[in-house]
Amino acid sequence: MVIEIEKPSSVRLSKVAISKTHGEDSPYFAGWKAYDENPYDEVHNQSGVIQMGLAENQVSFDLLEKYLEEHHEASSWGKGAPGFRENALFQDYHGLKSFRQAMANFMEQIRGGKVKFDPDRIVLTAGATAANELLTFILADPGDALLVPTPYYPGFDRDLRWRTGVKIVPIHCNSSNNFQITPQALEAAYQSAESMDLKVRGILITNPSNPLGSAIQSSILNDILDFAVHKNIHLVSDEIYSGSTFSPSEFVSIAEILRNRNYKDAERVHIVYSLSKDLGLPGFRVGTIYSYNDDVVTTARRMSSFTLISSQTQHLLACMLSNHEFTQNYIKTNRERLNKRYDMIIQGLKKAGIECLKGNAGLFCWMNLSPLLNEPTRQGELELWNIILNQVKLNISPGSSCHCSEPGWFRVCFANMSEQTLRVALQRIHKFMEQRKVCSVNR
Amino acid sequence: MVAISKIATGNGHGEDSPYFDGWKAYETNPFHPIDRPDGVIQMGLAENQLCFNFIKKWVMEHPEASLCSAEGVNKFKETALFQDYHGMPEFREAVAKFMGKVRGGRVKFDPDRIVMSGGATGAHEMVAFCLADPGEAFLVPTPYYPGFDRDLSWRTGVELVPVVCESSNNFKITRAALEAAYEKAKEANLRVKGLLITNPSNPLGTILDQDTLKGIVKFINEKNIHLIGDEIYAATVFMEPEFVSISEIIEEVECNRDLIHIVYSLSKDMGFPGFRVGIVYSYNDAVVSCARKMSSFGLVSSQTQHLIAKMLSDDDFVDRFIVESKEHLLKRHKYFTLSLSQVGIGSLKSNAGLFIWMDLRKLLKEKTFDAEMDLWRVIINEVKLNVSPGSSFHCDEPGWFRVCFANMDDNTMEVALLRITTFMHKHNEAMVPRKLCRRASLKLSLSRRRDDFMSPNMMSPHSPIPQSPLIRART
Repeated sequence: MVIEIEKPSSVRLSKVAISKTHGEDSPYFAGWKAYDENPYDEVHNQSGVIQMGLAENQVSFDLLEKYLEEHHEASSWGKGAPGFRENALFQDYHGLKSFRQAMANFMEQIRGGKVKFDPDRIVLTAGATAANELLTFILADPGDALLVPTPYYPGFDRDLRWRTGVKIVPIHCNSSNNFQITPQALEAAYQSAESMDLKVRGILITNPSNPLGSAIQSSILNDILDFAVHKNIHLVSDEIYSGSTFSPSEFVSIAEILRNRNYKDAERVHIVYSLSKDLGLPGFRVGTIYSYNDDVVTTARRMSSFTLISSQTQHLLACMLSNHEFTQNYIKTNRERLNKRYDMIIQGLKKAGIECLKGNAGLFCWMNLSPLLNEPTRQGELELWNIILNQVKLNISPGSSCHCSEPGWFRVCFANMSEQTLRVALQRIHKFMEQRKVCSVNR
Repeated sequence: MVAISKIATGNGHGEDSPYFDGWKAYETNPFHPIDRPDGVIQMGLAENQLCFNFIKKWVMEHPEASLCSAEGVNKFKETALFQDYHGMPEFREAVAKFMGKVRGGRVKFDPDRIVMSGGATGAHEMVAFCLADPGEAFLVPTPYYPGFDRDLSWRTGVELVPVVCESSNNFKITRAALEAAYEKAKEANLRVKGLLITNPSNPLGTILDQDTLKGIVKFINEKNIHLIGDEIYAATVFMEPEFVSISEIIEEVECNRDLIHIVYSLSKDMGFPGFRVGIVYSYNDAVVSCARKMSSFGLVSSQTQHLIAKMLSDDDFVDRFIVESKEHLLKRHKYFTLSLSQVGIGSLKSNAGLFIWMDLRKLLKEKTFDAEMDLWRVIINEVKLNVSPGSSFHCDEPGWFRVCFANMDDNTMEVALLRITTFMHKHNEAMVPRKLCRRASLKLSLSRRRDDFMSPNMMSPHSPIPQSPLIRART
């Protein structure tokens, strides 16, 4: 018989557990709730909320499905499943060599063969989420700081800070120069950290940028690397959208900058990659760290024990990404389709009287709604966001959740839906803008 | 030179232990029945390889469980996109059902309390992050799995305080030992936040009896500390007495359920360490919520969730698997321990796990850990078996070794036994009666095809502590 007892005061969980640094209280996530409760469906729920806050790439799945249908060896382990046992047992934190080789090749192809990647410098993690956290554990001590240009992916607040105890100090960028990172902004951020008694251990850039949807120019990459050298700190380049640039010539990787310098200063540079965006496989949890620093590679490899990639998934992707014909075609076609989508949304927004930052990459555009704000404040932005969410029924991401210093900007994803759905979304925006024009005319 | 963190430069990764000399010997000269018959046999690896034929058959008969087959590809897109940290409902339901079946249907598990993690390795670290601050402590009964030093402490800053268990009472976890450890922590100014037990035990291969479990639950409630039950070997209990889970005990005694958390995995029970299926099951809502958010750092691949969901929801397969697995383990355990006893080697009486806790105390030159290391080096370099010395498990008494028996085929087992027998004969010739020497005339059957052997080239060369620096990827 179970005796009911009065519950004593529960023993406290850790500070990490109690803290809000997981970041889920931000409006970035609140919009999801509205979507979850009333999701748009082309057939069954045409008045539902359209999800435009999710940076997923759904435009190229048919290419993946076609590959799988034609290549059963990538599948369960082929006829008779001879490799099943070996695969199920494989937990070596070095990762499947064939998979690392395939990833290195894929990363090279994305960069047009301009740089080479050594498979032995590739460390595997379960997603870029894990990769960014892992690197932070290695590069900084609790209480230290990383400099991150704004606006930035909201998940960094959790990934870089939550369990690591490391702080983020923003490098403020603004629209006056298209949110480009300047040497002045870098220095200002560094000084700001120093004034708070924080030891800066590194800079983390996202290139191409989320949420801006644009690649960083090579002159700026050089400035950033020079700055890192000057301050003797690390440089992490999150390049998870590198395969999502609309044209191959638009993207310059930090790896190319290093190659141009004969890899001098390389030991402070680390690249994060993932297949969640370029290949549209976020569920498979495929992240990598590529470091030019041997100690970082060794330590990262050891730490990856906490977050290894399923050997089943490594096997599938090793087969797929070793097929050069497939990868060449995929990269090219994916770029073209994303470009087409981007043009479609930009034209549609323009027709509605909305401007966006000129973008050349990514799964989203950076939309400027500052003219629509009641007041040029974060509050004004959130009010507008609420209207767009609840009346226009579009879940888009407010710039404030990306730590943008200027109110009125919104990230709008366009690759996670069919063209038809995107047309519906654009129609709604158009209607909304028309109604606002009518309202302002009638005042 | 740009500096890296203290965590990175320290040795919290645990790989500096002399323990890894054994791995080196194996790596440089791995046994193969045809290519390297004098190579080192890996007995330091707690893997379950005895049921693969049974599982393979299921995999071949169920192509829809794979996303890549014609039958399964229609699920590819939605699965590839699924990154919700709640995990697939069908996956959680299947795992919850499996956990219940492994406990004989005596308890039910709620799928909504199942949180994913990067293997049990990831689960343990995640639980430590949720329950303790840096500098706080967990009590852990010795001997314990060496990986805990890394998993619970490395990045979390949590301290481990041993609960010393002794061979004099078969390493039972006594109230006195628990209290002593708790006091020791207090004296060292360490705030104890929890007690971690592994049941069935690694390395002992034993299960905790009801009274001990009840005593443990009483202890943690009195001290108001958490109880983490690592039950990753639950399905490897091959003999009476029956396994009793923490989940069953809390139905029978007064307990604050907010203190109770279970770590589970499919790496041992199913033999799928590569698939990284770790589970945290907590009775504490706040822990479930927090752990779920943290699981973002180590989610199970949706491709794997899909496969496991299909496999473990096949009741017929699961019921037969559980029985088959026990039968294979029992058979192997019985044969191995009987053969060892016939040459005078005893081991702790055990009914679970993928290993035995071998007693070589009488072979030690002296009752010291140095002598244990000396004996261990002899076993590796002369007998050519990689076994794990008790000191690496923080055993307080020298002379014990963990020896894995489920990670090899029958022929390799015979070779291992032959070597042990030969060694014992050499060591103690006078003590072995002639009639038992028939063991020495074991013949290796070489008429088997090459593919039948689990050659090192097919076996993944990894340690139970997968972070061995000596591991090279072979594929």
